[in-house]
Amino acid sequence: MSQVIKIHPMEDFKERSRGVLNDPGQRKNFRGAMDFLMAKRRAQFPDPEELQGLRDLGSAIRRYSLAHLPRLLEQLEAKLTANGVRVHWAQTPDEANAIALGIAQRVKAKRIIKGKSMVSEEVGFNHAMEAAGIEAFESDMGEYIVQLAGETPSHIIMPAIHKTKQEIAKLFADEIAGVAYTEDVDALIRIGRKVLRHKFADADIGLSGVNFCVAETGTLCLVENEGNGRMCTTVPRVHIAITGIEKVVEKLEHVPPLYSLLSRSATGQAVTTYFNLISGPRQPGEKDGPEEVHLILLDNGRTQAYADEELRETLKCIRCGACMNHCPVYARIGGHAYGTTYPGPIGAIISPHMLGLDATYPLAFASTLCGACVEVCPVKIPITDILVRLRNEAQARPDSMEATLRGSGAARTTAGTAVWSVWAQVYSRLGLYKLASWFMSRGRALSPTEQGAWTRSRTPLIPAPKRLRDLLKDRKP
Amino acid sequence: MSARDSILARLRATSIAETLPLPDVKTWFDAHRRNEDTDQRVTRLRAALQAVKTEVHDVSATDWIEALLRIAASKGLRNLLIGTGTAHGAALQARQPEHLKLLPYADAIDSWRDVLFDDIDASLTLARSAIAEIGSLILWPNASEPRLMSLVPSVHFVLLDVATIHSDFHSAITTEGWKDGLPTNALLICGPSKTADIQQTLAYGAHGPRELVVLLRHAEGAAA
Repeated sequence: MSQVIKIHPMEDFKERSRGVLNDPGQRKNFRGAMDFLMAKRRAQFPDPEELQGLRDLGSAIRRYSLAHLPRLLEQLEAKLTANGVRVHWAQTPDEANAIALGIAQRVKAKRIIKGKSMVSEEVGFNHAMEAAGIEAFESDMGEYIVQLAGETPSHIIMPAIHKTKQEIAKLFADEIAGVAYTEDVDALIRIGRKVLRHKFADADIGLSGVNFCVAETGTLCLVENEGNGRMCTTVPRVHIAITGIEKVVEKLEHVPPLYSLLSRSATGQAVTTYFNLISGPRQPGEKDGPEEVHLILLDNGRTQAYADEELRETLKCIRCGACMNHCPVYARIGGHAYGTTYPGPIGAIISPHMLGLDATYPLAFASTLCGACVEVCPVKIPITDILVRLRNEAQARPDSMEATLRGSGAARTTAGTAVWSVWAQVYSRLGLYKLASWFMSRGRALSPTEQGAWTRSRTPLIPAPKRLRDLLKDRKP
Repeated sequence: MSARDSILARLRATSIAETLPLPDVKTWFDAHRRNEDTDQRVTRLRAALQAVKTEVHDVSATDWIEALLRIAASKGLRNLLIGTGTAHGAALQARQPEHLKLLPYADAIDSWRDVLFDDIDASLTLARSAIAEIGSLILWPNASEPRLMSLVPSVHFVLLDVATIHSDFHSAITTEGWKDGLPTNALLICGPSKTADIQQTLAYGAHGPRELVVLLRHAEGAAA
């Protein structure tokens, strides 16, 4: 089942995080998986100079593309249309689902086979189709596993990363008719292949995401290893692609550097098994390929991010997941704890635009700001700067100049505001600061021994017996 | 206002002061390109393909059919899907192999989808070219050799002329002028279908071919 978009209050996030932290099995799974992915990526970039040059180039391509986004989207639409692809625009998840449903109903579709698409997760595609009586079936092996388990993906590249092979073996034995329990990974893959092969052949519509859209040629690029993406975009007679409006680049030659950064950063592969470039539906004389190809371009808050120079950097993302793999928080709590389609550092900065800052601000605080995500981001998104910005926005006065996002000020409380106001007064006036610090040091015995979350795993904070200025005065001859 | 117009209006409402130059991709690739001859490219391509479990066999313009039939026999293949109206397909048919049934992809898939999925053991396609740097074959499906030939059968044979191997992806795109004429579906393939979705354990044959066999066709008289 795909994720339903809903509000996740702070308590839910804390609860989910605590649940994973108290589950040694889950923590071991994530730690092992992240160590594996980090080592694979490191091996792909042995030359630091080459890596930095490629990151600079990738960042420049993405910045250039965003700077010209309206023009490139129009060029893409014109080129795709000339190629025979039908282009649709959606402002919201509901609009995107309505467009897909309209196509499905027109062609009397009963079954949709899906390739990997985080945007379809973002809009709750499966639920929308099921509500209309249309089966939407995941074909990426990881997505198939989580759908079979009634879960959501916990990672944008490896959706079932949280599951062990024993759990998957049990799942297959329990849920697939006639399958015996086996922990042999090759056997498990063969089982999945057999089930899904029939689904490809029977599906009326294939749905896919898009990694890059090329305006110059009107081409949709798909990166994958399994071949399920190719199956979805080739076998059914209708192909629907869905993507965010930010995925467009101007020229075909802009793709190779981004492709190199994506595959090496994501899974530590020099290249993926398949790189699929789709520029149109089946032409007269061709014997296969879909008769119709549709592209749905989704906004869903991206224009909000676009409007601000600093937040626009978020849209440079090429969805490699490297920031997750290197994040000390994600590695401990996993993707489900975040409660959003996109977990980890990138999820913390993109989700506020999709779901509102009021629903997602706890994620901006779920970071050590260590900068590991910034260091590995292939397109140099300043994730920690944006996290700090979102923290400030979350606590801004809702009607102030600092509140620019939907849901700004959601973390602001009367008590918190009063405390920080007093703090600001004290720290900006020398006399007050001296007086306050004198009282703090002399009254240290009155310090509470229970200091909330801090003392759950640390000793209480107690002011020093002497202030720094007193110590310095004592040292003077 | 339509969704399209609303989205574009919101994007246009943002004035972006910076005037960024078009990223200079060519200079970057030129600076990082290896100065290799054909043999060196073949070596690099072979190593990259074999690293992802692709079989690579050196063949010549005259012996490639015998090599293919030998490999097919060793794998116990019963039949082979071939394109229509291609020189290599015609050459293979002229050989009239005894133990390998040749099945031309003659009709639109809609009429024989089940046969393709259930009864075809292998296929043969010609690569347009290849990329040494990333170990990828470039396929350009068309009416003669449709898209599914390289996807559905469990064993996929690819015939590749070594003279067509490019140094890197950028070179392939620019040298071949892709921007002026892409097919409805172009492909880069570097190995059999695979996944590591179960506990990061690599497994081949996830959905597409379980085996990829490359016949590296050297010009007559060239060292294989």
